[in-house]
Amino acid sequence: MVRLLKYLKPYWRMAVLAPLCMLVEVSCDLIQPAMMSKIVDQGVAQGDLALVMRLGLQMLGVALVGLLGGWGCTAASSIASMNFGADLRTALYRKVQEFSFANLDQFKTETLITRLTNDVMQVQHLVLMSLRMMVRAPLLCVGSMVMVYVINIKLALILAVALPLLFLTVTLIIRKGFPLFQRVQEKLDKVNGVMRENLSGVRVVKAFVRAAYEKRRFAKANNELIEVNLKASRLMILMRPVMMTIMNLCVLAVLWFGGWQVEQGSIMVGELIALINYFSRILFSFMMVTFMLLGMSRAKVSADRINEVLSAQVAITDAPEASAVPIRHGSVRFEQVSFRYQGSGKEEALKQINLKVDPGQVVGILGATGSGKSTLVHLIPRLYDPTAGRILLDGRDLRSIQLSTIRAAVSIVLQDTILFSGSIKENIRWGKAEATDEEVVAAAQAAQAHDFIMRLPEGYEPQLGQRGVNLSGGQKQRLAIARAIIKKPKVLILDDCTSAVDLKTEYLIQRALKDLMKEATCFIIAQRVSAVLDADQIIILDGGRIVGHGKHEELLRSNPIYQEIYYSQLEKEGVVNG
Amino acid sequence: MAKQQGSKLSRSTSGPIGPGGPGGPQGRHGSRFAPIRKPKNAKAVLKRLWGYLRQHKSILLLVFFIVVVSSILDLIGPYLLGKAIDHYVIPGDFKGLFKIILLMLSIYLTAALSVLGQDYLMVGVTQKTVGNLRRDLFNKLQVLALPFFDSRPHGELMSRLTNDIDNVNNTLNTTVLAVFSSIVTLAGSLGMMFYLSPTLTLVSLLIIPLMFFLTRLITKRTRTLFLEQQSSLGELNGLIEETLSGQKVIKVFNREAECLKEFEQQNSRLRKVGARAQIFSGIIGPLMNVLNNLSFALVATAGGLLVIKGVISVGVVVSFISYIRFFNRPLNELANQFNMIQSALAGAERVFEILDEPAEPEDGQIRIEPARVEGEVVFDNVSFAYKKGEPVLKKINFSAKPGQVIALVGPTGAGKTTIVNLLSRFYEPESGEIFLDGTELHRIDRRSLRSCLGIVLQDTYLFADTVRENIRYGRLTATDQEVEMAARLANAEQFILRLPEGYETVLTEEGGNLSQGQRQLLAIARAILADPRILILDEATSSVDPRTEVQIQEAMLKLMEGRTSFVIAHRLSTIRNADLILVINNGEIIERGNHEELLRQKGLYFDLYNSQFRREIVS
Repeated sequence: MVRLLKYLKPYWRMAVLAPLCMLVEVSCDLIQPAMMSKIVDQGVAQGDLALVMRLGLQMLGVALVGLLGGWGCTAASSIASMNFGADLRTALYRKVQEFSFANLDQFKTETLITRLTNDVMQVQHLVLMSLRMMVRAPLLCVGSMVMVYVINIKLALILAVALPLLFLTVTLIIRKGFPLFQRVQEKLDKVNGVMRENLSGVRVVKAFVRAAYEKRRFAKANNELIEVNLKASRLMILMRPVMMTIMNLCVLAVLWFGGWQVEQGSIMVGELIALINYFSRILFSFMMVTFMLLGMSRAKVSADRINEVLSAQVAITDAPEASAVPIRHGSVRFEQVSFRYQGSGKEEALKQINLKVDPGQVVGILGATGSGKSTLVHLIPRLYDPTAGRILLDGRDLRSIQLSTIRAAVSIVLQDTILFSGSIKENIRWGKAEATDEEVVAAAQAAQAHDFIMRLPEGYEPQLGQRGVNLSGGQKQRLAIARAIIKKPKVLILDDCTSAVDLKTEYLIQRALKDLMKEATCFIIAQRVSAVLDADQIIILDGGRIVGHGKHEELLRSNPIYQEIYYSQLEKEGVVNG
Repeated sequence: MAKQQGSKLSRSTSGPIGPGGPGGPQGRHGSRFAPIRKPKNAKAVLKRLWGYLRQHKSILLLVFFIVVVSSILDLIGPYLLGKAIDHYVIPGDFKGLFKIILLMLSIYLTAALSVLGQDYLMVGVTQKTVGNLRRDLFNKLQVLALPFFDSRPHGELMSRLTNDIDNVNNTLNTTVLAVFSSIVTLAGSLGMMFYLSPTLTLVSLLIIPLMFFLTRLITKRTRTLFLEQQSSLGELNGLIEETLSGQKVIKVFNREAECLKEFEQQNSRLRKVGARAQIFSGIIGPLMNVLNNLSFALVATAGGLLVIKGVISVGVVVSFISYIRFFNRPLNELANQFNMIQSALAGAERVFEILDEPAEPEDGQIRIEPARVEGEVVFDNVSFAYKKGEPVLKKINFSAKPGQVIALVGPTGAGKTTIVNLLSRFYEPESGEIFLDGTELHRIDRRSLRSCLGIVLQDTYLFADTVRENIRYGRLTATDQEVEMAARLANAEQFILRLPEGYETVLTEEGGNLSQGQRQLLAIARAILADPRILILDEATSSVDPRTEVQIQEAMLKLMEGRTSFVIAHRLSTIRNADLILVINNGEIIERGNHEELLRQKGLYFDLYNSQFRREIVS
């Protein structure tokens, strides 16, 4: 939490002004009972109406000053906390923009979203409350305590007994309650888990006629949640009556011991009444502080989660001397490249890969799921850095070239298609912001997207919902391909990105891409041998190693794995007889 | 005059603390500054909520009674305190003082106990009510038809199931009691005030219209500001969600700087609008304070006048002033709670909206016995549209004899999946009729229909449970041996045994720790265990490595033996084995027959066939 305070620094004037204004309001609050007693004792009791009027007006004046103080505090604390929150959010967003893929894998998308929205709100709220109530309560508390000591030190001893007692019970309840709340959270997660499963798996539940079973499962989770929730809540409700009782006992103690002192003449009746008044104020603000501390623990979790993002080491950054000279040819070389994902133990995803691809060549990559195909192509636009070895683009080490230069020359179509809200045209222009309408259409044609776009009522103009929800999977994939080829990259990577496209369209896309491939070095990850038959090089990966490398004919002659894949697919697809 | 502080503790920080943390200060201010959602029809929602609360009517009555008692005790406290000072401390009557202290002690303890009691009872009512609400909502999900789930984003539904219910929970927990006791205190102190001096009461009430007028004036202004804040917050969150979800694409396309720029624009808009909204609304609290003081001053002045005229005594004025505090505090409290109640009602309304969704349409009466089903399926002139005017299926006619394999072939979006959806009665046809063994499908009880269907979808859904339990989902009564047998038949045992804990390995939600192919094998095992009469298979298009692919093929062939099977086919081997191939395009069956016949026709099937395999033929 303290580390985040530096985002409050630019607004320190407001952050200081807020408590100062609060000081004004609290002082007015503390003066007010004194003035009241004066009105009663000297005005009303004496029947001095002029004094009552004068004091009444004074009181109103004090109240107005208090109003200014209160409003000033609200305004200053709002400005400070709003700006603090906004700056913090920007810092987080900026940081995420710097993140490399490894960082993004580490923090999942959903948690990043919560951190930027919910968590920032929590912390911002805490700052706001701290600038208001956290100042108010202690000020009231300390102010009243001073008054108590000034009035009567002996009776102040009651406080010395009551406060620790209060503190003890509160900590006791919280300490017992905390594990219960954790269990409540667990049970709540479970209930939500069953809910979520039944939403996502609704087809399965319905297909297998499992409504009754699911209802039982949910009822169990629900009842467990209710039970723990009851336990936790029933513990926490002890807090209020216990505090009330301690406070009232104090009042009675003051009354009893104070009564004796009045008899001895060491205290005035008026003072006794004031004491009781201040006692309640002390205990009341004490309780407020307790509740706020409870609330703070929630904000602390948020602050920790924010800090985690801010302090994350960005895995890939530009070297200071990185060059911005554009990529001209598009040759790619892997030299003894090994790679291991962070946090995946010793398991290497790629082992000593050597590869030399000339400009304009087509490389087909085959292999089982998890064999390292995607990993291999992800290294080319430097989405990850190899753990060992190096990769050369145009004969230059990737690490010596600016990231933006690399990515301007290398286009990759990822497995998961993500489009952005905006029109179809804007989405395709993502690849090249200054592209003309003709270029957009040409790219769409090559990706076999033009036909379906023209069939849409508004052609290239309709707004896509968030993440392109109103298009089919195959249509989205074709837009993603159009987006990638519009900038005429030197290196084009297709990471199994036609999975939702039917066979015919896939074939058409590949044929259209051929024109483009003449200029660009091209990597194609495929599940089907048929997709890579014509490639200049075919690589077969298994367990992160290259286990086959060559042209189709060579591999068919000499590589048993390739033969196995080829014949199994051919046989299955009926070409032998076809 | 100090009496007014009597037991300020009791109400100012609202009720018991919910699981989310203190309901007190945070909830209060959170609600005042956060954007507030309003219910469309508060009355109807309240009525529905009461329907849930009604079953605890006697407890609620008891709670209400206790609240009345504790509020009255609260009101007596300061009165006795004043009396103790006037009658015992000042004269030095310690015997009397001791007695009244004992009396006060017992009153305080009773008050504390009754607060404990009312909270205890209320927590029980709340938890049970919210639990019931949650249960009803879940049970409703089980009877809702598929179009409901397909037509809305799951995130939005999830938010109703969690956030909105949470909202109701917190409010029931804290607000109901606070409102109860506020009202009682309000009425009680007003009664005391009238009892002490009707004239002074009228004077102190003078301030109330002014209070309402000023509050309205301010909230009218702040409302638009808050709406602005809410919409710019919504836009900012939308931007965050979208760009973070697409962060990898942004990196690949070098778009970081543009995104940051857009983000900062939105962010600074929120910064400005938000601060303005809060500054304006922030005046309400201090303003109320001033008005309270104004009413003190008025009462003191008027009181002074009355004292001079000899109408009332000084002590009455002092007591009166302490009751004004009692009167004003719940007024503020109620104003604060109002926002919370509104947003909770809005949440409850969203929950009820789901409860009011129409369930799956009228069910058939005929129950079929899976064992007796032959498996003859006939589509007679079946048409269907997801959206009016955009037909997905047009007059589909075909018949499948028991045990036949029907392959559905065609481009994406042709309507293959829709046929399967109609057959499982996930959706109902717009016109035409589907027959199973000669009986109209809509006359068959949906559950008994589905229990003779086995469905293996392309994207297999797995639950966060062990592998074993996931397979057992096919037939809950299956023994462990039967589960393993099914896994073996589905070619799944091999990979299952290689998992860290074999059959007992717990899968992550949606089976994220398995490959798509492995997930499909589990789905096949599930279907084998269910032993359905009619099988519906949606073949995976890709993303499955060749070796797993072979295993899936084998398993599927085994599964189809002796059952009427509908396969959405992408693999030629499946298609070639089919008894009947239906080539579907734009919602119509344009070709039908077996593999050889269709090739001879040289139509779309011929094209599809060639586009995939020409390369192989050429090479």
